[in-house]
Amino acid sequence: MTTNDMPRWATGIVLPLLNLLSALLVTALVIHLLGEDPVESMQILINSAVVNPEGLAYTLFYASTFVFTGLAVSVAMQAGLFNIGAEGQMYLGGLGITLAMLAFDATLPWYLLIPAGVVGAALFGALWGFIPGYLQAKRGSHIVVTTIMFNFIAASLMNFVIVRFLIPAGEQNTASRVFSAGAELPRLSDWFPILGDTPLNISVFLAIIALAVYGVMVSRSSWGYKLRATGLNKHAAHYAGVKISTTIIVTMLISGALAGLGAVNSIMGSTHYLSLNFVGGAGFIGIAIALMGRQHPVGIFLSALLFGALTQGGFDLSLEKPNIPPEMVILIQGLIILFCGAMEYLYAPVLIKLIKGKQA
Amino acid sequence: MQPAVEFRGISKHFGAVKANTDVSFSIAKGAIHGLVGENGAGKSTLMSILYGYYHADGGDIVLDGQVRQIRSSQEAIRLGIGMVHQHFMLVENMTVLDNVMLGTEGGFRLASHRTEAEAKLREICARYRLDVDPLATIHDLSVGAQQRVEILKQIYRSANILILDEPTAVLTAQETASLFEILRLFKEQGKTIILITHKLQEIMDITDTVTVMRAGRVVGAVQTAQTSKEELANMMVGRPIENNLPRGPYKPGAAVLEVKGLQLKDGAGVSLLDDIGFTLRAGEIVAIAGVSGNGQSELMEILSGMRLPTGGQADFEGKPLPFKRGDADGLPLVFRNLGIAHVPEDRLRDGVVKNFSVMHNTFLGYQDHIKGRWGLFDFKHIAERCAGLLKEFDVRPPNPDLRIGLLSGGNQQKVVIAREVLAKPKLMLVGQPTRGVDIGTIEAIHTQLLALRDAGVAILLVSVELEEVRALADRILVMCGGRITGELPINEFDTTRIGLLMGGMHKS
Repeated sequence: MTTNDMPRWATGIVLPLLNLLSALLVTALVIHLLGEDPVESMQILINSAVVNPEGLAYTLFYASTFVFTGLAVSVAMQAGLFNIGAEGQMYLGGLGITLAMLAFDATLPWYLLIPAGVVGAALFGALWGFIPGYLQAKRGSHIVVTTIMFNFIAASLMNFVIVRFLIPAGEQNTASRVFSAGAELPRLSDWFPILGDTPLNISVFLAIIALAVYGVMVSRSSWGYKLRATGLNKHAAHYAGVKISTTIIVTMLISGALAGLGAVNSIMGSTHYLSLNFVGGAGFIGIAIALMGRQHPVGIFLSALLFGALTQGGFDLSLEKPNIPPEMVILIQGLIILFCGAMEYLYAPVLIKLIKGKQA
Repeated sequence: MQPAVEFRGISKHFGAVKANTDVSFSIAKGAIHGLVGENGAGKSTLMSILYGYYHADGGDIVLDGQVRQIRSSQEAIRLGIGMVHQHFMLVENMTVLDNVMLGTEGGFRLASHRTEAEAKLREICARYRLDVDPLATIHDLSVGAQQRVEILKQIYRSANILILDEPTAVLTAQETASLFEILRLFKEQGKTIILITHKLQEIMDITDTVTVMRAGRVVGAVQTAQTSKEELANMMVGRPIENNLPRGPYKPGAAVLEVKGLQLKDGAGVSLLDDIGFTLRAGEIVAIAGVSGNGQSELMEILSGMRLPTGGQADFEGKPLPFKRGDADGLPLVFRNLGIAHVPEDRLRDGVVKNFSVMHNTFLGYQDHIKGRWGLFDFKHIAERCAGLLKEFDVRPPNPDLRIGLLSGGNQQKVVIAREVLAKPKLMLVGQPTRGVDIGTIEAIHTQLLALRDAGVAILLVSVELEEVRALADRILVMCGGRITGELPINEFDTTRIGLLMGGMHKS
């Protein structure tokens, strides 16, 4: 038996859980070396991320962004494209929102303003995905290289645009002005006061809708079929009449748009203005989520929740334990990526033996 | 004299699959021994056990009278067993010498050992008349030469028992002939050779003894001189094989495909197809014979829309095929919608998506034809269609959810042919339909194609197997160097004449 022939419950559930457990064990070891009690630290982390209602709200808030960046990376991965550029695409998505808001937030009512922001985010994200997609399809420039470069270009471009054009006169803060109240997404705490003053907003429902649409399109539509055929075997896809270059370009448009939509939650749901480096690594976490969730909608959802919980819980942990630096979150994320991505099949041989032993 | 190799009651199970059951036979020293059987008969498993990849569940391997435990391929090599795989194990961008030395470098500093190795290599080349330059880079060599390097590697490691797995599958007729000469030289030097092959003619040509396997068991062990191709084929399949399949009378209908002056030049201006012209009518099979690599693949790719010609035209039902400018992206779908089905020559590259399930492969290319409500797939309907197809075309195992990569080559091919037949085409392009397919399945595929012909479909067949051409064709075109060098009706089938045309010699 090879890893390819393993039953789905083994590769889909048991292996990721084992990998996750390994990452947490190493984390515990590091916490121990820092002179803190690993068990107590885990309790703090879990308590702050899941048990406490305000903490849970933050977890879901972060997860909503991660669902979009995770979907962005996943949809490209289905077509065999490794989109490293969700970070930059989400950044540009933020610019799309901001331009729409600056132009219309004084004139349009909220029910037009919010869609305008969403469209702006998707449009600008898509544009930032389109260029690498076009270069890959028509010129053969490798998508990994171009999307990495486009992250840097996005960072410099945004730096320039914010500093040069968007900082209101007399302000020092590297951010745009605050948008009008009509541009704010309704928060869940308006209906559930137990959630306190948390930014969790209706984006979480948008994220779930996006997951559902993605799931149906990829596995049940002929578009998704062509997408996956292209990802698995370009020659066979060409034989099947798939327009390969069109597929690559359209996929990158969609991927970029999804990443761009990640900015809707961060900006329209929380800060209500565009600030420098507001993405904060959400695009890169999207890569981890796509890998760990195996591009399956349920997997993406669960991974996004996990990374949301880690972001929230890790933040609180560093506040409560002076010996644990805020960078601990990055360490844990790194370990998870290491175990779930790079060493995905670490336990596969053992598991295969166990399965075989049972069958014999 | 003691046999070089003796298998005593070898058994090997993979889960519920019994790959080898109580396999016993022996091979005399200095003999060329043929091992034949259908795909999945257990030949490869047995050889993998001999070569140390697998460990047998039961039974013994006896080498020169001694029971040996072979736990790894290193151990097999040490015991003088060498294996030439069907897919070469060579580092493409290294030289012949480096490839041969790989694994036997003998120390940290290469230089001194290298001169020694080169001398030894040249000596071996001379002794066995292996025409290989030790300093040539592998990717510059032809397939036949690469195979000679594999053989060289084994002799260099002083193999006395040489296992060759389907060695002629990738060779031209001349290369096969020269391989056989090398094998005869080995035999004279007292080396033992085990030859795994599908091609019974080769067994008759070169082996001394033959073992036939079926479903993991030995079903026959005979002296080659005392058997015949027919007897071997019947043993392999377990029932008599029909040599002449029933076919209706030859009644060609209207012209379906008229190819006129078709040309193809590659980027460097080299002509791959030159002035190709022929007519194909409804209800006939026209076979293109020729050594592979003489333009047949390119012709099929153009006619299926996968590639654009650089000149000429092809009329389908009286209208020119819509070759567009630029690239062929998406064009295969246009051609398919016109009624042109295509069974591609390279099944794994073009014909299937290996990591898709069997069911998902049953509509590859027709994904836009089976959409249900809201443009989404109706998997209930697709599953029913797939179940019927698997049953009608006897695909084994008939499990629609299995990844198609796990099926044997023959069963993959049945899925591809079933898919294309179900599309009810007017023109069917068939490339190498039985490459790597066992005898029982070949018969099934041939029956299928003949039924299609009798139903009035025009079929263009490319095959490098003259046996297949003879079994299926109504008319034969011969291609060489990108040109059609001759045409003859089936009743003038003449191997010598076709052979000459394949070599580019026009009749005078």
